Amino acid sequence: MLVLTRKADEGIIIGKDIELKILAIEEGKVKLGISAPKEVEIFRKEIYLEIEEENKSASSQQVDLTALKNILIKK
Amino acid sequence: MKITTKNFGEIEINEKSVIDFIDGIPGFDHLKKFVLIENPEEDMQFHWLQSVDDGDVAFVVINPFLFKPDYDFEISENTIIKLQLEDPKDVAIYSIVVVPEDLTKMTANLAAPIVINTKNKKGKQVLLDSDKYSKRHYIMEELNIVSEEVTKKEEEAL
Repeated sequence: MLVLTRKADEGIIIGKDIELKILAIEEGKVKLGISAPKEVEIFRKEIYLEIEEENKSASSQQVDLTALKNILIKK
Repeated sequence: MKITTKNFGEIEINEKSVIDFIDGIPGFDHLKKFVLIENPEEDMQFHWLQSVDDGDVAFVVINPFLFKPDYDFEISENTIIKLQLEDPKDVAIYSIVVVPEDLTKMTANLAAPIVINTKNKKGKQVLLDSDKYSKRHYIMEELNIVSEEVTKKEEEAL
């Protein structure tokens, strides 16, 4: 992993069209500004990982949906 | 074309119904093609999103508006571009459901809805960056309320 030290108001350019800017550093938090083309998706990493986990548990289940019928109130 | 699946054995699918998930689905980034298998039982609202590439991978999905009529999120410009969405009426929304052994604890992922352009068959799981909706939203109680209301209305109509 490439490690760079940056101060507030400094930035990093990745490729031709992605720019990361350090907007503020305060109380153990870094505020980042990101400029990137619209087709580039940007996620908070923990949110992405959570959804990955949720999808994995959703796909691994053996589901007998007929059982569901019995507990849903019948019309 | 024929595919072999864990849940349904060998099934015949229409190539035209294959939905292209260009970005895959988080956790399954290598799987790009899915089909929506509708529940044959008309009064059952649960369907399957079956991977075409890997028969072992299928998600139970539900239309979230059935139990959460006020479900509301904005489809980002990025998604509109990726899915080439032109008309709101081409949009179909599904939520992935986790069905545990105790069915009353069933949850739907409202934090990451599946958005499908029904016209060109492109799909995407969208990650909503907000605390408004849970990735584990309990649905049994709400589904029961909805079906109770339906029953009431039907009784009144008689």
